[in-house]
This record gives sequence, structure tokens and C-alpha cells, in this order.
Amino acid sequence: MNNINSNGEKKSKWYHNLKFLFVGSLFGILFVKSEVVSWFRIQEMFRLQSFHMYGIIGSAVLVGLISVWIIKKFNVKTIHGEKITIAPKKFNKGQIYGGLIFGFGWALTGACPGPLFAQIGTGATVIVITLLSAIAGTWVYGYFRERLPH
Amino acid sequence: MIEFLRQPWPWYIAGPIIGLTVPALLLLGNKSFGISSSLRHICASCVPAKIPFFHYDWKKEAWNLFFVFGIFLGGVLAAVFLANPHPIEVNPALADELAGYGITNYNNLIPADVMSWKALVTPRGFILIVVGGFLVGFGTRYAGGCTSGHSIMGLSNLQWPSLIATICFMIGGFVMANLILPYILSL
Repeated sequence: MNNINSNGEKKSKWYHNLKFLFVGSLFGILFVKSEVVSWFRIQEMFRLQSFHMYGIIGSAVLVGLISVWIIKKFNVKTIHGEKITIAPKKFNKGQIYGGLIFGFGWALTGACPGPLFAQIGTGATVIVITLLSAIAGTWVYGYFRERLPH
Repeated sequence: MIEFLRQPWPWYIAGPIIGLTVPALLLLGNKSFGISSSLRHICASCVPAKIPFFHYDWKKEAWNLFFVFGIFLGGVLAAVFLANPHPIEVNPALADELAGYGITNYNNLIPADVMSWKALVTPRGFILIVVGGFLVGFGTRYAGGCTSGHSIMGLSNLQWPSLIATICFMIGGFVMANLILPYILSL
């Protein structure tokens, strides 16, 4: 199954990643069927005209919260027997400036990064341009990173 | 059964299953849920240039690219096998407002009147598609995560920086949707 390389790290074969393709596919179906990827639903959310998105994000966080608590409390291991570790998020001003900028983009495109992939899948081919532009945005951030306030 | 699945799924079904992605990824491979990182991996693999931010072993993070490709495939599957034959139902107040900007087509998940190949060359279409996309990519990386990484994974792990990021996402969205977007859609 897993090879151990010279650093003692487990090196996975590419096909071990297929399970993430599977989880991603379920996730994509869910995204489309719950209309989370709908521009209209995002506009409703930001106008407080519908509970739908708040219900989805709220219940997702609740389930995530309970799951992480159980994993930590009972020291649950991965299917490969590894200890589960979650990197903590460090605060910097980027979460404020970047957060606001992403918020602007979210209300314009009606999509966060995940839904972009799902929208393209449903046949909205013009969203390929949105995705390329998002990749460009990430690249430009990387280019100016040292000069931006963090 | 198929008829049932073709309808839009309610929040109390979709939300908890989305939440289950968090333990699923942790149990399957010790992976923290996060989608916007995929954009960074794409930059690192295709156009790293001489930018230190894009010089790391992105192949170790390849699972993330499989995951987002899966989301794309999920979109295809949902559209082919589970498509909702009815237009999206929205709050009448929103429909009234959007009709004022000539947005009346509810057949797609995105508004075809302003987001299509034809609309791409109009000022408002360009802003929604190209400028919007840029802000999503720039902002999520600057913030160190998006709705999945901060709002779902970060909050699930009780990370206060993620709460600040989430509050800022919402403030940005409210300001854009209510104060700025009306001017853009009027272009």
C-alpha cells in the first residue's frame, strides 16, 4: 500500500487520491441540488430574503463542530491508523482585508471557489472565465504578497 | 425516487451532509476541508514563476485537485441525471428587483441575462464574471481560506481567526449586494 520514503513520510500512490474524487463528486451533486451554487440563492442570502443558505451553512458547521469534537475526544484515527491533526489558523490582518475582498467577489459571482467548479460541470461554460480570473487573482496575490499588509 | 431527487434539496438535508465532509476528509486521509487552496496549487503547478508563495511541493496536496475535479464531475452528474425541470424559485422581492435590471431568466443556476458568453463583453457581464472572479481568487488567498476552509472547517475547529474571516466575508457580501451591485446591474 504505502511506501515509506527516505524522510520516513508515507508516500501515497496517485490512485489513493481517487477517494477524494469520489467525495468531491458527492459534494458537487449536493452543491447543485441544494442550489448553493445558484447566484440567485447567494443574492437572497445577502438581502436576508431567505433562510436557505443560513440553514445550510449553520447546520454544516454544527455537524462539523460535533464531528471534530468526537474525533478529538475519542482520539479517532484515520483509516490508515494515523493520528488526526488539524493545523490551527493564525490570525493576521489578511483575514479582514482579504475577507472583505472575497465578500465583494462572492456577491458579484454568486459563488465561492467550490461552486465555480460545480457550475462549470452543470454546463455554465462561461464560468471557466470566472475560474481563470480567480486563478489569476490568486497568482497576483502571491506576486504582491510581501508588500501587502498582513 | 428519481422524481424526489430531482427537486431542490432542502437545507436540513444538504447542510448536515456538507458538514460530514469535514470528518470524511479527516478520516480518509487527515485532510482539512478547504477548496480555495486548489487555486494556489493550480498556480504552483502551472505558473509558479519566481514567486516564493508558489514554490512548495504541490504534488503532496494533489488530493485537493482530485477533490475539486470531483466537484466538477458532481456538477455534470447532477445536471445530466438529477436536473430540476422547473425554474429556480426565489423570493418575490428579489425577482422584482432583478426584473428592474432585465434579469428574468431563472432556468439556470446563474442568471443567463448577465452571465453568458454573450454578456461577457457587456460592462456588467464583464464585472460579474471577470472582476468578480478575480476578487474571489485574490480575496480568498489573502484571507487564507474561503467558505469551506474558514467558515466550515475553521469554525468546526473553534478557530477565532476563521470567525473574523467569516464575519468579513458576510460584511463584504452585504455591502456589495445591497450598495454596489445595484449600480453595476444598472450599467
